[in-house]
Amino acid sequence: MTANVIAFYFISAIILGGGLLAVTSRMVFRSAIWLLFSLTGIAALYFWMDLNFLAAVQIIVYMGGIVVLIIFSIFLTEHSGDNLPPALLWRKALSALLALVGFALVSFMILNNGFTISSEILNIDIANIGRKMLNTGDGGFALPFEAVSILLLAAMVGCIAIALKKNPEKS
Amino acid sequence: MSVPISHFLIVSTALFFIGAYGFFTRRNMITMLMSIELILNSVNINFVVFNKYLYPEKADGLFFSLFVIAIAAAEAAMAIAIIIHLYRSYRSIDVEDADQMKY
Repeated sequence: MTANVIAFYFISAIILGGGLLAVTSRMVFRSAIWLLFSLTGIAALYFWMDLNFLAAVQIIVYMGGIVVLIIFSIFLTEHSGDNLPPALLWRKALSALLALVGFALVSFMILNNGFTISSEILNIDIANIGRKMLNTGDGGFALPFEAVSILLLAAMVGCIAIALKKNPEKS
Repeated sequence: MSVPISHFLIVSTALFFIGAYGFFTRRNMITMLMSIELILNSVNINFVVFNKYLYPEKADGLFFSLFVIAIAAAEAAMAIAIIIHLYRSYRSIDVEDADQMKY
């Protein structure tokens, strides 16, 4: 076992432990912080795989954007110190059973499937990513790039439209 | 490669089903949104691992992950705008309380 392998299992433990605590914690704010740990672990996994640009995007968008947005919305809606009401026992048991059966099924299929590992090494630097992103020719991603930019614009307009609506109780 | 590819895939599968478990049990909209983020991230790990270890001559998985992250950001912003607006009209963000359009 080299240090590299140990690092992978350590990162996996952070991802799964953070995720498990994020979905089971009774306090919303703590749940958001555990989600932050899990997402940091995923960024670390991307760094471990030498995909620096993707890891940087993960940190900027998820940790800098989405988790901050979630924490703001927790402060704006719930009393962040309060405990959530516990989930119903039958619902918990049924969901756990469903999740475990699904996990067992998919893991069984993964372990029985022989993957042929390619011997080549993925080397793509940021300049290459930028060129591919704006390339309209073969192997370029200009169309999805434009589609995503229109989607982001539409989401922005939609958020403003929703936020500008008057409160029906007050008006 | 020292770590077998199945271990990556099992980590992402476990994360997916943790997110699914949270989505089924939680009744608070913000925590449900967090579960959706976990599910999307597990899909991203799968895309990247398949790209890096099975098809390293292409970069499609990497770009798919980038687009998934962009769409997840738009989705989270939209969902939180809806949740905050719902809270202003119902004083609650529990999914059971938002049933005006149900029947």
